[in-house]
Amino acid sequence: MAAAATPCMTASHSTHGYQPRHGSAAWRASVELLSSMRFAIALLTVICIASVIGTVIKQHEPAPNYVNQFGPFWAELFLKLQLNAVYSAWWFLLILAFLVVSTSLCVLRNTPKFLADIRSYKENIRHQSLQAFHHKAEGELDESPEVAARRIGQQLAGGGWKVRLQARDTPEGQGWMVAAKAGAANKIGYIAAHSAIVLICLGGLFDGDLFVRAMTWLGGKSVYSGGGLVSQVRPEHRLPETNPAFRGNLVVSEGTQSSTAILSQSDGVLLQELPFAVELKKFIVEYYATGMPKLFASEIVIHDKATGQTQPARVEVNHPASYKGVQIYQSSFDDGGSRVKLRAVPMNGAAKAFEVEGTIGGNAQITNGSDKLTLEYTALRVINVENLSEGARGSGADVRKVDLGQALTQRLGAADKTVTQRELRNIGPSITYKLRDAAGQANEFHNYMLPVDMGDGGAVFLLGVRASQAEGFRYLRVPADEDGAIDGFVRLRGALQDAAQREQAVRRYVRKAVDPQRPELVEQLAQSASRALGLFAGAEAVNGRTTGGLQAVSDFIETAVPESERERAAEVLLRILNGSLLELNDLARQAQGKPPLTESEASRRFMTQAVLALSDAPLYPAPVAFELTGFEQVQASVFQVARAPGKNVVYLGCLLLILGVFAMLYVRERRLWVWLAPRGAGAQASMALSSNRKLLDVDREFEQWQRRLLRRESEL
Amino acid sequence: MNTSVATANPTSVTLDGGFFARRTWGDWLFALLVLAGALFAFQRYHASMDVYEKWILAGTAPVLIGLGWFWRPLRTLMLVVAGLSLLAVLSYAGDLRRADSVFWLKYFLSSQSAILWMSMIFFMSTVFYWLGMFSRGQSEALEGIGSKLLWVAVTLALVGTLVRWYEGHQMGPDIGHIPVSNLYEVFVMFCWMTALFYLYYESQYRTRAMGAFVMLVVSAAVGFLLWYTLVREAHEIQPLIPALQSWWMKLHVPANFIGYGTFALAAMLGFAYLIKQQAEETRWYKLAPIWVFGIALCFVPIAFRQRGVGEAGGSYWLGYALVAALIVGTILLGRRRIAARLPSFEVLDDVMYKSIAVGFAFFTIATVLGALWAAEAWGGYWSWDPKETWALIVWLNYAAWLHMRLMKGLRGTVASWWALAGLAVTTFAFIGVNMFLSGLHSYGSL
Repeated sequence: MAAAATPCMTASHSTHGYQPRHGSAAWRASVELLSSMRFAIALLTVICIASVIGTVIKQHEPAPNYVNQFGPFWAELFLKLQLNAVYSAWWFLLILAFLVVSTSLCVLRNTPKFLADIRSYKENIRHQSLQAFHHKAEGELDESPEVAARRIGQQLAGGGWKVRLQARDTPEGQGWMVAAKAGAANKIGYIAAHSAIVLICLGGLFDGDLFVRAMTWLGGKSVYSGGGLVSQVRPEHRLPETNPAFRGNLVVSEGTQSSTAILSQSDGVLLQELPFAVELKKFIVEYYATGMPKLFASEIVIHDKATGQTQPARVEVNHPASYKGVQIYQSSFDDGGSRVKLRAVPMNGAAKAFEVEGTIGGNAQITNGSDKLTLEYTALRVINVENLSEGARGSGADVRKVDLGQALTQRLGAADKTVTQRELRNIGPSITYKLRDAAGQANEFHNYMLPVDMGDGGAVFLLGVRASQAEGFRYLRVPADEDGAIDGFVRLRGALQDAAQREQAVRRYVRKAVDPQRPELVEQLAQSASRALGLFAGAEAVNGRTTGGLQAVSDFIETAVPESERERAAEVLLRILNGSLLELNDLARQAQGKPPLTESEASRRFMTQAVLALSDAPLYPAPVAFELTGFEQVQASVFQVARAPGKNVVYLGCLLLILGVFAMLYVRERRLWVWLAPRGAGAQASMALSSNRKLLDVDREFEQWQRRLLRRESEL
Repeated sequence: MNTSVATANPTSVTLDGGFFARRTWGDWLFALLVLAGALFAFQRYHASMDVYEKWILAGTAPVLIGLGWFWRPLRTLMLVVAGLSLLAVLSYAGDLRRADSVFWLKYFLSSQSAILWMSMIFFMSTVFYWLGMFSRGQSEALEGIGSKLLWVAVTLALVGTLVRWYEGHQMGPDIGHIPVSNLYEVFVMFCWMTALFYLYYESQYRTRAMGAFVMLVVSAAVGFLLWYTLVREAHEIQPLIPALQSWWMKLHVPANFIGYGTFALAAMLGFAYLIKQQAEETRWYKLAPIWVFGIALCFVPIAFRQRGVGEAGGSYWLGYALVAALIVGTILLGRRRIAARLPSFEVLDDVMYKSIAVGFAFFTIATVLGALWAAEAWGGYWSWDPKETWALIVWLNYAAWLHMRLMKGLRGTVASWWALAGLAVTTFAFIGVNMFLSGLHSYGSL
C-alpha cells in the first residue's frame, strides 16, 4: 500500500525537543525543553550577554581596581557574581554544560531520523498527495508510462539525483511512479555542524581550568596569595608535572633557568611544575626605523628533568617551541635585573652630587639632611624612538591652509609618505625611577641618558616627571654645556641660589652696562638688576608670594608698573635679567676655574635655554635628578607555557563545523516525484518537488525540471 | 498492487553537459593566464616565501580560476586589474619617487591616487544609482551608468591594493606585506568586497534597483576612509609588528571581510525591505524608528568614539551627520517611488538570505582560522580576547538568524530589522572593539 505522505512530512525536521515515552510528565517535559531549539537559542542569548559583560568589565584585575572603578557596592556585587572572571565563572561553565547537553540531545534525537530519511526514496507516496505540494505541474506525454519513467529516471540520474522507479497497477493499466532525491549531504551537514558544537565545547572545557580547579577542590591544592621567591612557596601551592591541561606564564632572565610556571587565579597564583627547565641564553628584540618592534625572539635551552638531556630551541612570536606536549610561546618581555649606574644631579643647589648603583626592580635609600627618600629603579629602556619634527613640537604650519590643488597633489602618489612631516629618531637610552618620600608619596621620573637636539641646534637633557601613571611625562629641558654635560646648568643654578654671588654678578653687570660718564645711573640699575635677579631666583616676594622664575618677574611688573608701560618695562627688565645671568654664569665658571663664556651662537642658545630651565626648575619636585651614566642590560623573556590536549578535539570540531555549515547552507535537500498514469498510448504526468529551503533557486530549478521532464517527443 | 520496484538504469544521459564540457575557450585561456601568472610569481619571489606562503600561492591559482569560471565578468576584472597593476609596477621600475614624475603613476595608478579615484567613483556610482531610483523614464540608463562606475571603482580599489603591496616592498625589504594588516587597508577591502558581492547579485537577479541602498553603506565606509586618510593620515604603509608576521593573516583577514561585507549588504537590503514595506505609511511615529535607526547606523563609526566629536575634526563629522540625516530623511520622503522601483519582497528577502548565508559560512571559516592562528601566536586557540568574543557574538547572532529563517521560516519585517541590528553588532565588532576595548587585537586604533 502506498503510504500516506503529506508535504509536511517531507519538509524539514521539527524544532521541538525530544519526547521520551517513559517517565513522569515533569521529566518528559524537562527533557523536551532541554533538547528543544528554543532552549538552545535562549542559552546562546545568555552566553552572548555574559560575553558582552566580559568584554566591558576588565577581566582578572586586582579587586581594589573594581572598587575604584565602580564603588564598593557594585564591586562587591560584581565579585560575588564573578563578573571579574566571567569566562571561568561557575554559572558560565554551567550554561556551557547545558548547551552541550541540549545540543547532544538534539543530535541524538535527529540523527536516526535523518539517517533513515537519507536512505528512503519515499516512492510509496500516494499520487493524489502530489497535488498538495507548492511546486507541482501537470503534463501529457506521448510515451507510455514505462518508457517515460525510464527516460525521466535517466535524466534525473544524469543530473546527479538518486532515483527509484515503481510500477503500480491502476484500473486504467500500469502506472509508474518516479521518486528521486538529491542533496542528502544537507542532513549530514546538520549532524556534522551540531556535533561540532558539542566537540568544541567539550574540548574547550577540557583545556580550560577544569583540572586546575579539580586539584584545588579535591587534590588539596590551594591558591597562594603572598609574595616572595618562587623557591620558597610551599608544596600545597604547586601543581604536579602530570597536570594534563594548564596555561601559565614562565619568566626567565638571561643567563638563568626556570621550571615553574605561574598560573594566575583571581585571588592569587598557583605554581605549575614543568617536566623541564627553560634556560634563556639570550633575548633578542629588534626594531624598525620607526621604533616599532620588529622581532621578539628567545634563544633557549630546554633541560629535561627526567633524562637530563638538553635541547636548544628558538622561540619567536608566531613560532612556538614544543617539548613533551607542552607548547612554549613568546609572550612578552621584561627587565631581568639590569644594573644601572646613576649620578645624582642637585636641582636646588643645596644637595651634593653623588653616584648610586642599583638593579632595575630594586631600590635604595637616599638621605639629604632631614629628607629621607626611597629611590626605586623602575625601568631601563635602551632604545627610544621619538618623533622630533616641527609638527610634533606644536609649531608646525597649519596644513589645512593650502589651496585645493596643492592639497590634492600632496595626497597622490605612493603610500610611503604623509603630509605631516615626521622625523623619527632614536634618542638613546633612558632610565625611569621613582622617588618615594617617608609618607609613601612618589613621583615618577624619566630621564634620557644623552642630550637631545630638538631641532633648533641646541642639545638639551630631558628630565621627565609625573605624579601618577595616568598622566604623561612633563619634561624639564636642561641645556647641555660646551662639554655636552649637565654640569654647566647645575653650576649656574647653584650660583643663582647664592645671595652673595647674585650681588657680585649685579655689580659686574652694572659696571659693564653703565656709561662711566653717567654714574648717577649706577645705583638705579643696580637696584633693578638685583630686584630682577632676586625675583627670578625666588628670593624676593611679590604680593607676599615667592614664586620665582619668569612668573615672578611678570607678577612684579603687573603689580608695580601701570598698564601702559608694562610692555616696555618687561623688555627692559628681561634685558637686565639676561645680562645679570650671563655675569652670574661667568662668575660661577670662574669659581670652578673655567674661562668666561665666549660670545657665540652656542653660548647664546645655552643661555636662552638656561633661563627657561631655571625658570621652570623650582617646579621640579625633587632635590636631585638622577642621570644615567652607565648600564648593563639584562633582559627577561616571558613565555606562555600551555598543555592543551583538548586542542585536537576542538580542531576536529572546527573542521566538522565548516563542512557542516557549507553543507547545510549550500546543499538543498530536494525530493521530486513524477507520477505517470496511462492515458491512451501516452501518459498523464503529475510532477511535484519539495525542498527544505524556500528560495527562488528552488522555483528556478523546478521550472527547469518541468521543462526537461514533461516534454513531448513531438516537441523535440 | 505494487508489482515491481526497479532502480533506474545507471547509465546516465547528460543534459547540461559536465562542468568541464561547459567551459569556453575563453575560460581555458583565462585559466592558462592565471597559471602563468602564478608560476611567474613563484619563479620570481619563491626565495622570500616560506612553505606555507608557497602553498597559499599554489591555492590562489585554482581559486581565482574557479571564481573566473563561476562568474565570467570576474575574468575581465582580474585581467584588467592584473594589467594595470603590472603597468604600475613597470612604471615604478623599483623607484617610488617616480610616483611624482610619471604621469600614469602620479594621477592614476600609484596606490594613493588609485584609492582616491576609487573613493570618488564610489560616490559617483552612489549618486547615479539614486538618480536612477528617482528619475522618470531614464532609470535603466542611469542605473546602468552607476553599475559601470561601480566596476571601475572595484577595479581601482584592487589596483590600489596590489600597487600598495608592491610599494610596501619598495620601501624596504622588511616593510612590505599584503595590505590587509590595519584598519585603513581593511576598509578598502570592505568597500570592494561589498561592492563586488552586490554586483554579483545584481547580475543574478537582473535588477539594479538594490544598488542605491547597498551603495549607501559603501559610501559611508568610503567617507570614513577619507577621514582616516585626510585627518589621521592612516594611509602610510607601516611595517608589521611581530604578532602579525604570519601567513595566517593572508587567509584570516580576507575570510573575515567576506563576512563583514555580506552582512553589511544584507542589512542594507533589510533597510530597503522596510522602506518598501512602509511605502503607504503616513503616520510619522511609525516611520520614526527607521529614520532614527538609519541615522544611528550612519553614525556607528563615531557613536563609539570615546573622545568628543569636536576633537576629532568636528566640522567634518558635523557635515557627515547632516548628510546622513538628510539622506535617510529623503529616502523616507521618497518611499513610494522607491517602493515602486525596488524589486519584489521575495527578491529582497532571497538576496538578504543569500548574502547572510555566504557571510556566515566565511565568517565561520575566518573565526576558525583565527583560532588556529591564535593557537600559534598567543598560545591558545581561544583567549576570550574582546575581538574574539565579539566575533563569537556576531557569529551567534547570525547563527540565530539562520536558524529562525530555516527552521521557523522567519522572513519579512522581523528578519529585516534583525539584519539591520546585525550590522550594528558587526560594526561594533569591526571598529568599536578597536576603539573601546583594549586587547590582543589592537592593530587599528583610532
